[in-house]
Amino acid sequence: MSVLIFVDIAEGQVKKVSLEALSYGAKLAEQLGTSAEGVVLGTPKEDLAALGKYGVSKIHHVSNPALDHLDAQLYTKVIAEVAGSTGATVIVFPNNMDGKSIAPRLSARLKAGLISGAVALPDTSNGFIVKKNVFSGKAFANISITTPVKIIALNPNAYPVRTGEGTATVAAFEAKVDSPRVKVISSTKASGEVPLTEAEVVVSAGRGLKGPENWGMVEELAKVLHAATACSRPVADAHWRPHNEHVGQTGIAIAPNLYIAIGISGAIQHLAGVNRSKVIVVINKDPEAPFFKAADYGIVGDAFDVVPKLTEAIRKIKA
Amino acid sequence: MKILVCISKTPDTTAKIAFTDNNTKFDTSGVQWIINPYDEWYALVRAIELKEKDASTIVHLVTVGGADAEPIIRKALALGGDEAFRVNADSHDSFYIASQIASIAKEGAYDLVFTGKETIDYNGSSIGGMVAELLDFPYISLASKFELNGTKATITREIEGGEETAEVDLPVVVSAAKGMAEQRIPNMRGIMAARTKPLKVSEPVAVEALTSVTSFGLPPAKAGVKLVPADNVDELVRLLHEEAKAL
Repeated sequence: MSVLIFVDIAEGQVKKVSLEALSYGAKLAEQLGTSAEGVVLGTPKEDLAALGKYGVSKIHHVSNPALDHLDAQLYTKVIAEVAGSTGATVIVFPNNMDGKSIAPRLSARLKAGLISGAVALPDTSNGFIVKKNVFSGKAFANISITTPVKIIALNPNAYPVRTGEGTATVAAFEAKVDSPRVKVISSTKASGEVPLTEAEVVVSAGRGLKGPENWGMVEELAKVLHAATACSRPVADAHWRPHNEHVGQTGIAIAPNLYIAIGISGAIQHLAGVNRSKVIVVINKDPEAPFFKAADYGIVGDAFDVVPKLTEAIRKIKA
Repeated sequence: MKILVCISKTPDTTAKIAFTDNNTKFDTSGVQWIINPYDEWYALVRAIELKEKDASTIVHLVTVGGADAEPIIRKALALGGDEAFRVNADSHDSFYIASQIASIAKEGAYDLVFTGKETIDYNGSSIGGMVAELLDFPYISLASKFELNGTKATITREIEGGEETAEVDLPVVVSAAKGMAEQRIPNMRGIMAARTKPLKVSEPVAVEALTSVTSFGLPPAKAGVKLVPADNVDELVRLLHEEAKAL
């Protein structure tokens, strides 16, 4: 019996969502009175022993160039093998793009109940009940996993990264790796930008900005906050911004610490994607905009006037 | 080329979310039902586009649900698709549903299985991956582009802060996200044609669910907005810094 955490890496670097999953898995292991171990696939460029500070005692590393890109089928087989040999009874994934590809496959392979999008530690006082978001963040559900092996995919920004003392033992794990059926031919990454799903601060704008040429001030504000940029659906549909910036019910659901909405009225579908944000600031010239009802702080005013001033004020405080 | 598109029935995006039976059941009174937007706008429309390019392509639809799911599957047939299957079962959990779809998919020997990236009610994003594992097919999730060249697919998926493009030989399971296709409105000819398209009902295969919902709840309401005058952004920054500790 142990808790096994899948440590997702990109270009050799451990993702922030993985640190959250490690912290969550370590806490869960403590709750269950067992140990937490991690599994890393591919070619990491970081010192894996240092992951011990997030609470794991051991890292199983499967090194094979075939695992440098995600092929969910290969990853599933390898993780199933590691889970089997370590006797893992709970397997934790980050519920990011890669986690969403692998965790369901592993669930079907091991006949292990899966909760994807968990937002809290399980209640293990009577069974094994995990809280997750449903109805695109408009509600939550408590769901019981009834199988001996359990899989949890943890939502990004739902559990804080906790660091302590400690070094993990790194053990090479020899797994049978088939040749990949998915051949990655290219990947593009907007360099220097903060990925939307991992961002702690998100600056988002809507139709109130009138046109794509006015996004400079949004990007300026995002820059001083080290924030990711996002947009509402009409903006993405009009191709003012790329579709991967669209947050809302039919776009990406996010849960940053701070969400600043500029010129977005706050339709129910938009709110569904952002209402898990810890603090919401709304800037809109229409005092009747429904978004104000869902906000913590608001300014009724013209974005073109308010946003540059806000950028300056934040620059001062950050200096 | 044979394509299977998975269709789910979900509450309309503006539906009021409430629960009954001591918070154990979704309150369906007054709820309008729609095709899950990801299934409709992206998975189904992309499949129809592939059929429009190559008329020999066969598009089948599958849904798992009671007779009340039929208006939804007829609406999906009005957009396109040759015939539909309904597995006559209540939704249990993702694994139960995926097992039903995999059983239909196995029988039909499909080259391609499309799902939406998630349903807007359960938000599990699990069906595609589970079906792929049960069929032993490769799986690409969150696809924003899908191109077909013979028996090879070129698929672009979202990754953190970017995109990744991969090639894979068919068969493959793909979950569709924004970018795959554009929403369409069914026309009158499609609606008329859908009435007579075959809709085959089958009984579920015996499978144990792996999870069960114990209760639902609503997030606590916000305390109310604190408004700051537009000419005093310094005050907003102070509140965010000192009170909300968000800066």
